[in-house]
Amino acid sequence: MTESASGKKSLSMTLLALGTVLLIAALYFDFTKTYSGLGAMRGAFLVCGALLILAGVYYIPTVLHHRAIINVIFLFPLLFTFAVTVIIPMFVGFFYSFTDWNGVSYTRMLGFENYANMFKEPAFIWSLLLTVLFVIINMIMVNLVAFLLALLCTTKLKGVGFFRAAYFLPNLIGGIVLGYIWQFIFSNVLTKILNSPHSALAQTKTAFIAIIVVYIWQYAGYIMLIYINGLATVPKDVLEAAQIDGASDIMTLFKIKIPMIAATFTICTFLTLTSAFKQFDVNLALTNGVGTVRKFMGSRLSNGTQMIALNIYNTAFARDQYGYAQAKAILFFIILACVSLLQVRISNAKEVEM
Amino acid sequence: MKMKTSRAVILTVIAVLLAAYILFPFALVVLNSFKTQADIVQDPISAAGASFKQFASNLNAVINNKNFVFWHAFGSSALVTIISLVLLAVFGGMSAWVICRNKTRWATVIYMTFISSMIIPFQVVMLPLIATFREVGKFVGLSMNGSLSGLIFAYCGFGGAMTVFILTGFIKGIPYELEEAAAIDGCSPEGTFFRIIFPLLKPTIVTVTILNGMWIWNDYLLPSILLGQSNPNKTLPVAVQAFVGSFVKSWDMILTAALLAMIPMIVIFLLAQKHIMDGMVQGAIK
Repeated sequence: MTESASGKKSLSMTLLALGTVLLIAALYFDFTKTYSGLGAMRGAFLVCGALLILAGVYYIPTVLHHRAIINVIFLFPLLFTFAVTVIIPMFVGFFYSFTDWNGVSYTRMLGFENYANMFKEPAFIWSLLLTVLFVIINMIMVNLVAFLLALLCTTKLKGVGFFRAAYFLPNLIGGIVLGYIWQFIFSNVLTKILNSPHSALAQTKTAFIAIIVVYIWQYAGYIMLIYINGLATVPKDVLEAAQIDGASDIMTLFKIKIPMIAATFTICTFLTLTSAFKQFDVNLALTNGVGTVRKFMGSRLSNGTQMIALNIYNTAFARDQYGYAQAKAILFFIILACVSLLQVRISNAKEVEM
Repeated sequence: MKMKTSRAVILTVIAVLLAAYILFPFALVVLNSFKTQADIVQDPISAAGASFKQFASNLNAVINNKNFVFWHAFGSSALVTIISLVLLAVFGGMSAWVICRNKTRWATVIYMTFISSMIIPFQVVMLPLIATFREVGKFVGLSMNGSLSGLIFAYCGFGGAMTVFILTGFIKGIPYELEEAAAIDGCSPEGTFFRIIFPLLKPTIVTVTILNGMWIWNDYLLPSILLGQSNPNKTLPVAVQAFVGSFVKSWDMILTAALLAMIPMIVIFLLAQKHIMDGMVQGAIK
């Protein structure tokens, strides 16, 4: 026992020492800016050093603190990636939204200028309002369509498994690919079938409806699955009792099924709300935001079908206004957070009532 | 009785019509991949001019296109998805277990941070992420922007919250006595996790993997900004976008590319239909 403990101790010490040396070497190259020769290997040094130190810590011969050490080692990988990809960018981004950041550096602090400017930009206000409209329409339509599909798929239909899978299928394919397929359908197939020279995508209004159609087509099957799952939780004996009491199917639906799956409605409205707000891929591939608006807030717009996510993307990558785009993104986040919290509140209150 | 059957017939007709409407775009993609551009423009819904020879020639043109490089893009997508999923499952399980079995303030803070981060839309971190990756990459001397390992790193960061959230809910239901018994028998904490808890997590890991897998495989925005459109290692969705950009309205090429991009997902769906549909539902309910 003592022998293995001392063996462990020397192993741990060796690993820790080696790791520290490698780490210090890597940091030395970093601060002296030696990026060539051995300095080019600083990444490998750093990673190996960190791994050796972790291994060294793992072998520290302690019974008392072993559990705590394991906790740290187990949490480290995910927390580290999470911090670098989400937490740090979140704070950095918040800061940059107050500057004239161009993606690499910034020259001055602007205070709230970015935030004030976006409310003076008609194109952005248009995108924002369009997104809100899109979200409202889709929250209603997707849930309605999905619920009807779910009712259809819970009847004693032959081949119901096939229908479920078929309705769900569009959800498997990424928005970019779907967007191009539907672009083809709107501009080539539908014009042929309807024998009309104009594609639905050529006009702002119809193009917006087209995005909604594609979105419902893609998303309803998924929401349907959740409703089917909810409907399956309604106890059979309650339904039987209703039937014996002579309740019609419609009565059963409105008085028993819908109130009993109120929680499912909450989940589904939440999902459609957040996902419709963040809509990007289909928007990009189907219309790329193009569309003429003759007069809005006194100016002519060319981004008639551009949703807010795409607007932020273009502000940064097409117009190179990173700080401004970041301010828009922060506003987007605040709106999304408020609306989702509000939705959950309202739904929960409704659920209790029911 | 008669009423019942006529109702069943009506319902079946509705179901079939809906299925036809929903599957119609897929049928069009397949049909038109077998035709030339001229035939497609002439009549996109007839089979006139469709031949296997034309399909082979379309396929050949698409696969060897220098903007698309199908096999390379497919390989990149598969590599990124598989490695991210494995890492997320293992790291996510480890983190969820620690968070769940420690009733300290730190564990709660970490858990709440994960949960509240789930509402952050990607657009908020998109721009500073590039900057952060550039700085971190410069510091450690590894390129994070433009490399698949950077992309995998980002997916671990973004997928972590939901993975931990779902797995924590499941681990809570595993009796703690099991771990105590293992400890009494001389099992170390890490041994307890890998030998006892992790195997028990299997059904939930399947759910998490399906949810993350669907999202990572189809994701366009993250790889497009981290890798860039002209990166030789671009993933499938980015490759489709770059490809279409180079072929304005060449529907024979675009639809064949779309078909190629769809096939892997559809094959996996046909193989694991039940698991995928259940997983998507379980993930949403929690």
